[in-house]
Amino acid sequence: MSEKIKHYSGEALKSADIEEGRVPTEKCRPKAKFAWSAGMAMSRFLEELKNGKIIATTCNKCKRIMVPPRIYCENCFKPTDGWTYVKDIGTINTYSVSYLAADATRLKEPIIVAIIDLDGASESMGIIHKLGEIDPKEVKFGMKVKAVWKPPEERVGAITDIKYFKPIKEEKP
Amino acid sequence: MFGKKRVAIVGAGLTLFRRRLKETGKELSYEAAKMALDAAGMELRDMKSVVMGTAPDAFDGVHMKGEYLADGAGAYHKPYTRVFVGGGTGVFTPLAGWWHVASGQFDTCLVVAEEKMSSCYPHPQYAFTTIFDPILERPLGMNLIWIFALEMHRYMHKHNIKKEQIALVSVKNKRNALDHPCAQLAANITVEDVLSSEIMAWPVQRLDVSPTSDGAAALVLASEDVAKEVTDNPVWIDGVGWCIDSTLWTNRDLYYPDYVECAARMAYKMAGIKNPPKEIDVAEPYDPFDYKELHHMEGLLLCKKGEAPKLTAEGVTQRDGDLPINPSGGLLGVGNPIAAAGLMKVCEIFWQLRGEAGKRQIPGDPRTGLAQAWGDLMQYGSVIVLRR
Repeated sequence: MSEKIKHYSGEALKSADIEEGRVPTEKCRPKAKFAWSAGMAMSRFLEELKNGKIIATTCNKCKRIMVPPRIYCENCFKPTDGWTYVKDIGTINTYSVSYLAADATRLKEPIIVAIIDLDGASESMGIIHKLGEIDPKEVKFGMKVKAVWKPPEERVGAITDIKYFKPIKEEKP
Repeated sequence: MFGKKRVAIVGAGLTLFRRRLKETGKELSYEAAKMALDAAGMELRDMKSVVMGTAPDAFDGVHMKGEYLADGAGAYHKPYTRVFVGGGTGVFTPLAGWWHVASGQFDTCLVVAEEKMSSCYPHPQYAFTTIFDPILERPLGMNLIWIFALEMHRYMHKHNIKKEQIALVSVKNKRNALDHPCAQLAANITVEDVLSSEIMAWPVQRLDVSPTSDGAAALVLASEDVAKEVTDNPVWIDGVGWCIDSTLWTNRDLYYPDYVECAARMAYKMAGIKNPPKEIDVAEPYDPFDYKELHHMEGLLLCKKGEAPKLTAEGVTQRDGDLPINPSGGLLGVGNPIAAAGLMKVCEIFWQLRGEAGKRQIPGDPRTGLAQAWGDLMQYGSVIVLRR
């Protein structure tokens, strides 16, 4: 604020002023619902998840193997050239231990979320997912993790067909 | 090669920033716009065009929010455009105003930014969840704070930065805001306060984060001819830059914002700036989280990659340091009504360069300043360079 200006507008309210009706308000809960077509690339990706596989697209020009798959390379701005499977194993690029749910309500048991760079995809081609079967304190950058899939009969063709990723070292026969 | 006409800022206005204001978005827009016009000694009839900046419609719950706000922004019966680039909107709005005037099409442009986040209750964070990819990300129950936590953690890991070093930004900005009459979260806090505040999504804690806010800001832009008629001390828009990356935010290394560097280079080239740390006297990089100030100092080429925490610890970024950063108090201290918060930063540089910032005035007769905003899905940078 400039020192030349002596008055600034604004009348602060408390949340209780709204919730308890101390000031005039109008409330509304919209009932809009949405159903998204998954699109040309992601429909195939979701179908493959149902098979327990992660599929990528490739660009022969910039040589990238891209996850999530896309029908055009945004770098070269041309159609992608093919489909290829990548592994359901990857490396933790970064992670967070979250006490927040989507609506900002607090969780007693935290969710661990991570960006996972999948083996077989180009560098930094990560996806976001959750981690499981690990104590938050044990998570490390660079840790190898593997997808834990829902049983085939429960898969619906959604990113949640992967329940979470778990550390690979714990996977011993 | 750039604009045919040089463009000046000749007036600025700002409302209080608060968690919840009684005024509607239109009323806030009016208050800020009127204050900017009064400061410029001009009237609405002098404004040949109007540009409005406001972020997601979901906060207000009003679609066509740009049209809804138009008359509050002074656009009644005028050429009018609403621009929106997420968190980058507040600095992008005067960039859009600049091309209105620089093109020669209009002599003047009234630039207004508004945000009323409190209409979405109990918390606007839920509205933010609709920015994520509906197929790949939303089924995971995404929370907005996650993406910041993931980026902050990656940045810390890459450069071996400690939370203690990052917390210094929050301490500085909230203290700077004590001198800002519009501030929402001005406070004297310590690093220990930040480190002991509630863990939201590690490494993000409560005091690492700016608040949600209501508020508005405005500028009056004028061509060189008009500016010299109405004021003896115009502040010139000498550099503009903006750049976007993809919404595929998990497909890039989050430790460094390349797209911010791209926007900064565009603005520096236009302003003829070769050595940003030497030539920029004061900067207001976007600080919705404390680490973002550091991240953006690096992206803006104000220091080397990974060096911003060290400069902060050495006091370089304090108001009396060699490179004052966020002397206003930033989003962490003044508040974060998204589009209005970005424009508040431009207002601050305007006042700093005019020597009108009162208790916040940095020493040394600053001549060149920069403001930057950032947003969309961790992908957008907008930069403005001002000179007097």
